[in-house]
Amino acid sequence: MQRCITMLRAMMLGLLIFTGISSVALASEGGAHSKSAVHEFTLKNGLKLLVKEDHRAPVVVSQIWYKVGSSYEHDGITGISHVLEHMMFKGTKKHGPGEFSKIIAENGGRENAFTGRDYTAYFQQLEKSRLPISFELEADRMRNLTLLPKQFKKELAVVMEERQMRTEDKPDALVDEKFNAAAWISSPYHHPVIGWINDLNNLTVRDLRPWYARWYAPNNATLVVVGDVKADKVLKLAQKYFAAIPPSRLRPVKPRIEAPQKGPRRITVRVPAKLPYLLMGYKVPVLKTAKKEWEPYALEVLAGILSGGDSARFPRELVRKQQIAVSVNAGYNLYARLPGLFTLDATPAAGHSVAEVEKAILAQLQRLKDRRVTAQELARIKAQVVAGKVYERDSLFYQAMQLGTLETVGLGWQRMDEYASKVRAITAEQVQQVAKKYLRENSLTVAVLEPQPLNSAASASSHSH
Amino acid sequence: MSVVNRIRILAITFILLMLNQVAVSAERAPRIQTWKTDNGAKVMYVYAPQLPMVDVRIVFDAGSARDGRQAGLALLTNNMLSKGAGKWNTNALAARFDSVGAEFSTFAMRDMAGLSLRSLNDQKLLNKAIVTLQAILTRPRFDNKELARIRRETLIALKAQLQSPEAIADKMFYRALYGQHPYASPPLGTKGSIKSISRKDVQAFYRRYYVAGNALIAIVGDVDLRRAKQLANKLIGKLPKGEHAPALAPVRALKKAQVLKKTYPSTQTHILVGQPGLRRGDPDYFALYVGNHILGGSGFGSRIMKEIRVKRGLAYSSYSYFIPMRGLGPFQMGLQTSNDQRDEALALLDKTLRNFIKEGPTKEEMQQAIKNITGGFPLRIDSNKDIIGYIAMIGFYDLPLDYLETFNANIEAVTAAKVQDAFRRRIHPDRLVTVLVGGDAPQKHGK
Repeated sequence: MQRCITMLRAMMLGLLIFTGISSVALASEGGAHSKSAVHEFTLKNGLKLLVKEDHRAPVVVSQIWYKVGSSYEHDGITGISHVLEHMMFKGTKKHGPGEFSKIIAENGGRENAFTGRDYTAYFQQLEKSRLPISFELEADRMRNLTLLPKQFKKELAVVMEERQMRTEDKPDALVDEKFNAAAWISSPYHHPVIGWINDLNNLTVRDLRPWYARWYAPNNATLVVVGDVKADKVLKLAQKYFAAIPPSRLRPVKPRIEAPQKGPRRITVRVPAKLPYLLMGYKVPVLKTAKKEWEPYALEVLAGILSGGDSARFPRELVRKQQIAVSVNAGYNLYARLPGLFTLDATPAAGHSVAEVEKAILAQLQRLKDRRVTAQELARIKAQVVAGKVYERDSLFYQAMQLGTLETVGLGWQRMDEYASKVRAITAEQVQQVAKKYLRENSLTVAVLEPQPLNSAASASSHSH
Repeated sequence: MSVVNRIRILAITFILLMLNQVAVSAERAPRIQTWKTDNGAKVMYVYAPQLPMVDVRIVFDAGSARDGRQAGLALLTNNMLSKGAGKWNTNALAARFDSVGAEFSTFAMRDMAGLSLRSLNDQKLLNKAIVTLQAILTRPRFDNKELARIRRETLIALKAQLQSPEAIADKMFYRALYGQHPYASPPLGTKGSIKSISRKDVQAFYRRYYVAGNALIAIVGDVDLRRAKQLANKLIGKLPKGEHAPALAPVRALKKAQVLKKTYPSTQTHILVGQPGLRRGDPDYFALYVGNHILGGSGFGSRIMKEIRVKRGLAYSSYSYFIPMRGLGPFQMGLQTSNDQRDEALALLDKTLRNFIKEGPTKEEMQQAIKNITGGFPLRIDSNKDIIGYIAMIGFYDLPLDYLETFNANIEAVTAAKVQDAFRRRIHPDRLVTVLVGGDAPQKHGK
């Protein structure tokens, strides 16, 4: 169980959510027929409340989402949002360090938090009658953190360990980090959610205070509640605990639009490893930034055609027929604040080089530009989307995640209901159009992992932090 | 699905199964119905009409504990089931599931191996998925060309383990804990064993273990009892009755402490400490479960997390857990820390365990743990996914049908004295396996 808590934090970290998201997962978002019956309220201080009633089991999930994450950070303080997330468990004037977790545990609850590029979110899962406990504690730590230097020092050490575990000692994760830094120059998606090690080393509790004061405000937050509750009663509870918190004057974050890419970029990462790895990405719009609203949905379908299910083109053609790779995936996330990447990643089969795999992937992309996808392929994706809309209702947490994400990246939760119909409306011609328009060499970044011997002393741990 | 991806899914399934230790207020526990198919397969069923979908899981006593001399045989056989069956090849099988929006996967751990399906309950869609699943279960082709490909993919997955200090440590840990016992067998196999496994070996394994008498079918969803019965018969009715897998040899206790070190060029050292611990249906199950919750099983509230992370910032994750299995599954403590902090962290882990056994839990810790476990019961069965996990586990390990209903009462009956007594008898700090995988610790880094 404790494993689960730490694992969950691991899985939920924005790095994974954003760059590791698979087209399969995306294909199961959103839906066609059923309206999601979300109740939306805004308190006078600007706090937005979303409630979705689901009476299958006597439980509730409560999540509070703040509009801040690594893409709000500038150079020199990267990782600060995530460190602050850790410090949110380290005590307020009213509840000392660790007390938050203790109270939730006493009430049979589970709790954790996650930080991504575009958000920081905190959650509790509880038996339904205990919702007030969650609200009381979250309202308290929205403004009253003590941020003690002694606690900060220890927690920073924990984050360093986290970075080592998550990135430094994982070859593919290192490639991913270097890849994003190469693909993005002026966009804040350039730096990792967990932050550069040198920035972490020089972070102080004095940096944290203004960051906390600036972003942790009711008018910069969305409270999402899904479960066996009544919307009007949740509203009353929210008013009771959150209404007294004054709003902040929020300064908008600078746009930091990526400078146009003028040709392909290639990087090589040499670290001790056994397997080569290939990661490619094309610059693409997301729903928030697309001039033509259908294009992100067409990119979704495109990702599904390539790797959405075991009968998709990549597993069928590259893994089973040509047997050139053991895994190949296409990835795209349409729900982000800033433009993103359409990614392709692969591990070559034995006896095949990364160059061969890249060539084979490019041939598949060319095929998408030359010929329209078949009606059968489109029908498959539509069937998956319809089914996915039903399956996702088995998880309260996932439903809350969707609402929180959409609201926090600035799209509005209503987009959730549109997803399936928008995907179903995509034609073979539109898929071909986005392939031609966006999968172009001039906006391509390629990262290659060249494995170095594991026993070479020279390559071993030159990390000093 | 490639092996590399599969392994990731296996790991997730594994974690979910570890969580299958529950507590609920009796009145909300799902009503489980059980029966046997004509050819002897056990069925566990829960009617869940709230969502128009159905989950099916078929579990065989055919995990890597049944590998025999060929490590990896169980997983390879399980993996090969969906690589061509009846009149359909791998592509056709995958296309049939995808075309109806069904989610299909296979899994093999040490005890269990099996197949999972999630489908809409629409008659036409569900029928196509079930017909496909039936072919996979009862008429796998074990095509030679596909076998060669899966073998090559498995070799890559083995290589992937070699670039993960965590995976390296895990393998060393099981080997040291279980010695000659079948649980020592690495589920993925070894380079040598994978190359040696032939089509005949796979066929023989399938014929022996994938039989009705060795099967458990779990069904949760919007299908009534009559349909559930039809479904179970359709799926498995054509499998021969066969026999249940024989009992495994008992796991032997460790005789002495053992420390295993492996150098790996990582910034952190991965530490695993443990011994054979607990089995399903164990008389000490609830005492050890509550005790472990306090020791290292409840995140920030647990003693290990407090000592290692909260007080000293030595690691991001630190824990202890039992993995209850048919035989004595591992008791395991673990963490990963910067190489230069390795000795300090290991000493703390050892001290925390010794103190816990010596002093036992405090009254306050007991109250907290029992409140957390029992109060959280509704969360553990709040989805069809959770429920099918439980009923498959209850059925597979022959636990009482009222396992869920009585869980909270069993937890509440545990006292501090019972925890201390169980830990004293069962956990031996002087006879633990310690595995360390990581870099040397040359200079102090500037934290």
